[in-house]
Amino acid sequence: MTETRVVDPETAAPGEPRKHRRNLDLRLTGLLGVLVVLCVVGYATRPDSFLTEANISTMLRLAAAIGVVSVGMTFVIISGGIDLSVGSIVALAGVWMTTVATQSYGPVVMVLCALLVGLGCGLVNGLLISYGRIVPFIATLAMYASAKGLAERLSGRRTQVVTETGFTTFFRGDILGIPVLIWTLAAVFAVGWVLLNRTTFGRRTFAVGGNAEAARLAGIDVRRHTALVYGLAGLCCGIAALMVVARTTSGASTNGMFYELDAIAAVVIGGTLLSGGRGSLIGTLIGVLIFTVVGNIFTQNNLDTDIQNIAKGVIIVAAVLLQRTTARRRGAHTT
Amino acid sequence: MTLLRMAGIGKTFPGVRALDQVDLEVAEGEVHCLLGQNGAGKSTLIKVLAGAHQPDEGEITWRGERTALPSPVAALRRGIATMYQELDLVPDVSVAENVFLGHEPTRFGFTRRRAARDLTRTLMARLGHPEISPDREVGRLSAAGQQLVSMARALAHDARLIVMDEPTAALAADEVDNLFRIVGELTKDGVAVLYISHRLEEIRRIGSRVTVLKDGRTVAANLPADTPTADLVDLMSGRKVETVFPHREASTVDVTREVLTVTGLTRKGEFHDVGFHVHAGEVLGIAGLVGAGRSEILETVFGARKPDAGHIAVDGKPVRPGSVVAAVKAGIGLAPEERKAQGLLLDLTVAHNVTLSSLSAYSRAGFLDRARELKDSKATLERLDLRPADPRRLVAEFSGGNQQKAVVARWLVRGCKVLLLDEPTRGVDVGARAELYRVIHELAAAGVAVVLVSSEVAEVLGLADRVLVLRDGEVIADRRADELTESAVLDMVMAGSAVTEEEAS
Repeated sequence: MTETRVVDPETAAPGEPRKHRRNLDLRLTGLLGVLVVLCVVGYATRPDSFLTEANISTMLRLAAAIGVVSVGMTFVIISGGIDLSVGSIVALAGVWMTTVATQSYGPVVMVLCALLVGLGCGLVNGLLISYGRIVPFIATLAMYASAKGLAERLSGRRTQVVTETGFTTFFRGDILGIPVLIWTLAAVFAVGWVLLNRTTFGRRTFAVGGNAEAARLAGIDVRRHTALVYGLAGLCCGIAALMVVARTTSGASTNGMFYELDAIAAVVIGGTLLSGGRGSLIGTLIGVLIFTVVGNIFTQNNLDTDIQNIAKGVIIVAAVLLQRTTARRRGAHTT
Repeated sequence: MTLLRMAGIGKTFPGVRALDQVDLEVAEGEVHCLLGQNGAGKSTLIKVLAGAHQPDEGEITWRGERTALPSPVAALRRGIATMYQELDLVPDVSVAENVFLGHEPTRFGFTRRRAARDLTRTLMARLGHPEISPDREVGRLSAAGQQLVSMARALAHDARLIVMDEPTAALAADEVDNLFRIVGELTKDGVAVLYISHRLEEIRRIGSRVTVLKDGRTVAANLPADTPTADLVDLMSGRKVETVFPHREASTVDVTREVLTVTGLTRKGEFHDVGFHVHAGEVLGIAGLVGAGRSEILETVFGARKPDAGHIAVDGKPVRPGSVVAAVKAGIGLAPEERKAQGLLLDLTVAHNVTLSSLSAYSRAGFLDRARELKDSKATLERLDLRPADPRRLVAEFSGGNQQKAVVARWLVRGCKVLLLDEPTRGVDVGARAELYRVIHELAAAGVAVVLVSSEVAEVLGLADRVLVLRDGEVIADRRADELTESAVLDMVMAGSAVTEEEAS
């Protein structure tokens, strides 16, 4: 829909131009509020263990891999696409880097292997979508199936234990008292934020997702950019594969299962429009943390995972409804 | 007997007075023709009749009773069916399903498919095409066939008034004959047709009476269909009092520098062997009807469409065809016809829209220099007098004229040599138009080669140094603007005979 609000420039109130930003901030503040409320609930139910250093560290380490995947997913969704294959790519990259043959070359090769497999799968997605003109849903669904199949074939459906101690020592260790996994999440997030908000790549991502035809007619190579965005998402999956393998000290074709759903949910909760063109990485990060805290509260209170899943569903719907009301109050265009 | 009477219909869209005191009267069994230039308000009027737009003022009387048409369904129930220019059929389903879309014959909630098929067969036979099977997929029919389906749908609703919006635009000669035969049979049964066409000879063939719209007003109602062409053209074109074209002190054309050269440009089915050249500081106007290939030519020069043949060169250097990226690099810019759908990113700020084509110039190693971006955008907005000149506002908050300036600003920031403007004043109110005209002349004065496409002949003549007249995808005239008159151009594009200025004036 191209319905737009027309503001008479003469009568527009001063301070109006900042409204867009303010709305974004307002939404993020709301999300942050939800996160704080959840933490209070956690503290109230388990005052002895919830806010301990150990529990926070556990939560963040669990959130780390899905957080990294969600960074890539945010780019894809802002560019107007979707990636259903992230979970399978995490599995494939994890299996590939932990095969006996790969491990025999040492930790550096293992890391490179995971990154290359992730990037490669992502680029295949991107090329199929941009140059092959297959809709993202279908192309990444196909990748979801094939990457999973390849992971199963490579591993023979067996869990491959990491015997290369250099790798595990580093990724399971601490730097300045903070786990490397959490550092990795922070680094990917920071780089992602700069890329999205301060570079031509990010600007083009918003443009392609907001209106691909207008972006094309402005001289942007929309197809190349689309391919690169999926490549970036794949690379994030490669990094996440490293993190999962480090955390579980093994590679298996079941790694990364349902990551696509968790990542999409986190991105949407974070205020990124599924139709593209608008979104924020900070929102995505808060979305990931909200899910992690909810999961932790349920685990700490020994509640079943089925109730946990129901709660997740309710949170997704509530967040989207909330955002729609704020969007409507803003009276701006909806696409 | 009068079937429909519309009196004093007015409709305002944000920034545009689309209809202002429109009167229309249609009698039973007549073919009433509606004439007017693009932007005269015909489409809006049709949508009011179809129940798609609600008028702000005025009365509609249907079969002697005052009525309202609050929705498309309400209009159909009363017997008003509309055949839009872009046919509104569902291409993937069958003819019968399209004909009965939304009012399928049912029994106990189940659709009666056989009844629908039988009725469709009868209707197609009545329309003279019994060979079109009700089971055919609509998307596989020719344009003429699809039009018949659209008409069958109107008949299935037992329409008393069928609105046809340029029904012959996509038809071959023999298909036109069949259409006119059907129209003749319908009117014999008392069905009225409101017929919109730019082709005056068609109006002579089948029309009963003519109503002429201009700038959203009825300027002449119920004229006989044999009113002389010159009179009709005068009524349609009678120059707008409000629009004043800025006076150019002196021509800015630099004949020593040919910036854009196009030769033998061809795209099958759209345009054929189009050639022209534009000098630095020159404004070339392109006149022609919708569908004559105007936008297609601009988009092809810009690389958004791939030509079947032909060459494009900027400053003598050939530009790779079919690539927007190459065209932009060569210094070509386009302000597209659909400003919101093709030109702007409504979610972004003005500054981000303005620098979108020059991102590499505003970045180092991929990192954006946001301070310079903001400063340069602001300077350009001020130069174009875009108000308010605040580059941090969302572009969606601006009026049509200012949005158009933002698109122009994008190419100005990029420093383009050739600027292609496709209907730059569409949906722009009169005051903002005058400013856009000034901007166009300033660009030319700065040495930019401008190509301007407009449906309003007066605009083309008022702004351009030279005018290219198109008909059916071919250039039929390439003259200096001051050698042409509005009625001469209208005559060339409409009547189908290239008349010389002496005859027309």
